[in-house]
Formats: sequence, C-alpha cells, structure tokens
Amino acid sequence: MSLALAFLAQTLRIAVPYLFAAAGGVLAERAGIISLTLEGFMLGGAFSAMLGSYWSGSPWIGALCGIAGGVALALLHAVSTIRFKADQVVSGIAINLLAVGLTRYFLKLVFDSSSNSLRVAGFSAGTSTGSLIGGLLHNPLIPFGLLIIPVVAWLLYRTPFGLRVRAVGEHPEAATTVGVSVKRVRYVAVALSGALAALGGAYLALDQHQFTDGMSAGRGFIALAAIIFGRWDPVRAGIACLFFAAAETLQIQLQGMQAIPSQFVQMIPYVLTIVALVGLVGRAMPPAALGRE
Amino acid sequence: MRSLLLVIGALLLAHIALLLAHPAPAAIAATTGGLDVGIVFDVGGRGDKSFNDGAYRGGERAEQALGARVHFIEPGEGSDREAGLRLLAAEHMQLVMGVGFIFTDDLTALAKEYPDTRFAGVDYALALDSAGKVIPPPPNLAALKFREEQGSFLVGALAALVGKSKKLGFVGGMDIPLIHKFEAGYRAGVMYVCPDCTVIAQYAGVTPEAFRNPGRGKELALSQYQSGVNVIFHASGSTGLGVFEAARQMDRLAIGVDADQYAEAPGHVLTSMVKGVDAVVLDQIRRARDGSFHGGVQEYGLAEHGVGYIYDEHNRALIPDSVHARVEEIRAGIIAGRIVVPAVR
Repeated sequence: MSLALAFLAQTLRIAVPYLFAAAGGVLAERAGIISLTLEGFMLGGAFSAMLGSYWSGSPWIGALCGIAGGVALALLHAVSTIRFKADQVVSGIAINLLAVGLTRYFLKLVFDSSSNSLRVAGFSAGTSTGSLIGGLLHNPLIPFGLLIIPVVAWLLYRTPFGLRVRAVGEHPEAATTVGVSVKRVRYVAVALSGALAALGGAYLALDQHQFTDGMSAGRGFIALAAIIFGRWDPVRAGIACLFFAAAETLQIQLQGMQAIPSQFVQMIPYVLTIVALVGLVGRAMPPAALGRE
Repeated sequence: MRSLLLVIGALLLAHIALLLAHPAPAAIAATTGGLDVGIVFDVGGRGDKSFNDGAYRGGERAEQALGARVHFIEPGEGSDREAGLRLLAAEHMQLVMGVGFIFTDDLTALAKEYPDTRFAGVDYALALDSAGKVIPPPPNLAALKFREEQGSFLVGALAALVGKSKKLGFVGGMDIPLIHKFEAGYRAGVMYVCPDCTVIAQYAGVTPEAFRNPGRGKELALSQYQSGVNVIFHASGSTGLGVFEAARQMDRLAIGVDADQYAEAPGHVLTSMVKGVDAVVLDQIRRARDGSFHGGVQEYGLAEHGVGYIYDEHNRALIPDSVHARVEEIRAGIIAGRIVVPAVR
C-alpha cells in the first residue's frame, strides 16, 4: 500500500513541471506559435524565482518573480516572431540559448559561482510515509500544477478568449475578417505560455531551494512532446505528462530493485513513448496555422 | 524566408564577433625566462566548486611556491576549448593543461601538432583501438588519471560503518564507465566491512544532462531513503545537489564527491570523496620546472594524495573515533597493497 502511495506521490511530484509547461505550450501552439521555447522559459523562470526568493526571503514572491522572468523571455520571443516575423523555430532556439547564457551570467554575477546559487527559501513536499499524498500539499505549486490543466482547458474551450486563440491558430485570415486582432491574441497566448512554463521552472528551483546551472535538463522538450502526444488538447497533454512522469517513476523504482539490467530500465520512458505514439495516438494534426504568420 | 536569413546572419555575426573577442584577455605575451604555464578550464569555469576551482588553487599555489606564471583561459560552450589550448601552445608555454576529460581529443591532436610543447590532461580518458588495447598518448602528453575507486572504497567502508542499515545507496550521474569506477570502489568498500550489506546503485540518465539534473537526483535519493537507506554516495555533478536536498528533507546522510561538499547541507554530509586536482596540477608544474616531466599515463591514488576523504572539524561529530581509526587502517592497507580495489563493477 505504502509502495503504491509512494509511486503515486513521486509520479505527481515529477509531473508538476511537465504539467505547467505543457499547459502553457498548448496555449501558444493553439494560437499558432511553436513552443520550442518552453525549455528556455523554464530555465529563466527557475532562475528568476530563485533570485526573487533570495532577495525577498519569500518563496511566494519568488514564484511571482519566476512568472515575471518567463513573461519577459516570452515577450522577447513574441516580438521577434509576431512583430518582426522571424522564423519561429530559429527564434525559439535563440531564446533557449539566451536563457542558458543569461542565467549562467547572472549566476556568476550574483553568486560568484558557475554551478549553483546559495540556498533560498522554498517549498518542499512532505515525504513522511504516513501521509505521502497529504505531504504534496506542503508545496502549494503541486496542487496548482494539477489544477492548471482543467483551467487551461476551460480557458481554451469555454471562454471568448479561448475561441479567439483557436481561431488565430487555425485560420488567422478568417479571424481577421471578423475583427479579431491576430497579433494581440498571439501576444497574450505567448505571454501566458511564458508565465506557466516559468512556474514549472519555479517549482524546480523552489523544490531544490536553489538554482543550478541547466537545471531544467530537457523538461521543456518533454512537455512539448506531451503536447504533440496529446494532439494539442490540454487534457490529453496533461494525461501524457502524467504518463511520462509515471514512466520515469517506474524507471527510478525498478532501478532501485536491481532485478532488471539497468540499460533496459533506462530505456523504459523512451520505449513507452514510441509504443504509445505509434499505437495510441494515431495521426497528430497540429493547428493549421502553426508556425505561419 | 528573408527574415530567417536575417536572423541566421545576425546570429552568425554575433558568433564570429564572440569568437574573436573571447580569448583576448589571455593573450598575454609569454615573456622569456621563468616558467609559463597555461591552463584551460572545463565548461563552467571558475566557481564550479569542483574541478576548475581545484585547478585554480593548484595554479595559485604553483605561482606562490614555484614562481610560475599561470595563465588561465575560461572557454564558453563548444569549439573554443580547442582554440584556447592552441593559443597557449602557440604562445610557447612550457606546459599546457586541460582540465577535464572533455579535452582528451583536443589535447591528443595538439600534442602531435606541437611535439616540442608539454601537455597535460587532467582526467584524460584513454582511447581503445579496435582490438581493445589502450592507445598510448603522445610522448609529450601526460595523461593524468585519478584512482577514484580507492577513494570511493574508503567512503564505502565509512558509510557501511556509520550507516546503521544493511542497505547503502549510490547515485551516479551519466551511466558511463568513468562513473562505474566510483560505484565499483564504493561497493567493494561496503562489502569489505559488511559482507551481507547491499548497495542500491542508480543513475540519473544516459546523456550529459544527467550531471545537471538536481530534480532527478532528489527523486532518486528520496526513493532510496524511503526504502531504508541511511547513507547515499553521489558521483553525479550538480545532480547530487538534489541528493543533499533529499538528505536534509529526510534527515539522513549523503557523501559528496570531487570537492568538500559539506557546505551544501551542513550536518547531512557525512564526508566527501575528494580528488586532489590542486595537488596534481601543482605536481605537474613542479615537474615541468624540474625537468622531470614525462608523458604517458600517470595515476594518482591514495598514496599520491590524488584522492582521499574529508575528516575535519565539521564532520568529526558524525564519525565515531573507532570508525575513523578503522577507515585509516583500511587506507594504509590500500596504500601498502594489502587491499586491492576493483575499478570495474
């Protein structure tokens, strides 16, 4: 019983950064802007959250600063792709590289270290075996992360803003003819994606109580894979995030038991991904105007 | 399309500008007389609290003790590592050092190109030919290796003696032979003092990212602590910072690596398996001065102070005197050759 609870709790802890980033990425992608940038937003969010918490002593202010950092990077991406019509893939890669460089530079400037920051105030999930699930509430970003998927689904399918997002992502010309400002909707969607992905990064930094160089470690790309896996639907993308997190947890737990050669265990998340992509998803149809002006 | 070309053009321009601008601070003309030594840092540069800082200390000590002039180059990502080494070689440094296994190929190529310059690679990774035999490095290149398994053996014995549990933990970074060496030594050390103990060994991944993923490190450590492990040894770069965070949260112990990591989680760091990068750098600079420098593989183990473990006023309270005496006894046994430490799992 406690093993199953431990598995569930670990899956949820691992899933939270994926859920935040995927929720943000779905919004931007549905508005027609490619979300290769999630990785950079996460890293930027992790760094600014740490900095905010370091200067204020409050992880809550840290999380807000994380959002601000993500939005700043997102607006840069939005200006280059929407205002100056730069190629979204190229701009996305540039943003990711910029995030790596900027965080490294300021880490050195503020903490005189190229590896990690000082310890800051943060949130940690409780891990006593008695209340593994209740312990998750100790870190408020975990329930937020689980709630963000239904919120984004509601935003996308039940609000006028969501309708506009979907319209500019599928058929921007049609949206323009009915008086929707394509640019404005896209700016807002990209800024929101920056804010949400940055919260995923903030979760990483505040859970560790510090920032370490490159700490997002590819999670933004996994979230992007989850979006494609979930066919650009927030709920399905959220399920995909949980699926990836469960595969990682399985890998961790099986490695610990040492019953199976580690090489096979290390393959689990990748093999499961391929199997699921081939077998379950079928043909993935991106928003029609994704990557176009 | 035009905008794409513009962006690429701008990036390319910036890149070229950076390439030109970067090595400038180090382009100090080598003066005649005295000992000029060039050291190129691994990615991250100074402030990594590990290899690079160790090399910097070694260089500083060489400046004070030997009167050497040490020129440091801190490369960015990727290709300018080779440019840094080449610059130093072209400046006729008496010794050019690369810090980190990542310099292996560049050093080998440059040593062949500049046969009159002395090169040294810290943590040099020996290549194997198709028949599986070690390809010897060029005669003017000192391949400096650490016997990580010996230091790991000691901390393994220490962990088993202090741990109060039959289960011991190990968290590795990337699943590669270099890290398997740590695991092998640790495992052997645990078994040496406690034959019926088991070691749970886990790796953070199969890519270099596995050394920079503290989130994963924390989850691995949490699952080990929850399964009854009391002490975890990590050999995983900054992924290990997550292991320390888990140790704090669960109020257990962890063992640091490469440098003294006590400050990362005071009270929860049992000890650290340290590599004496500073001692090795100093030793090579001294050899270059005395003329006793020679190429080939040179291994630094416990006897040469290349590896060791921390026992000082911070962690003395965590280690009973009898345990310390036992570990020192084992250390003497390894140095005397009475105990043979395996380097492979």
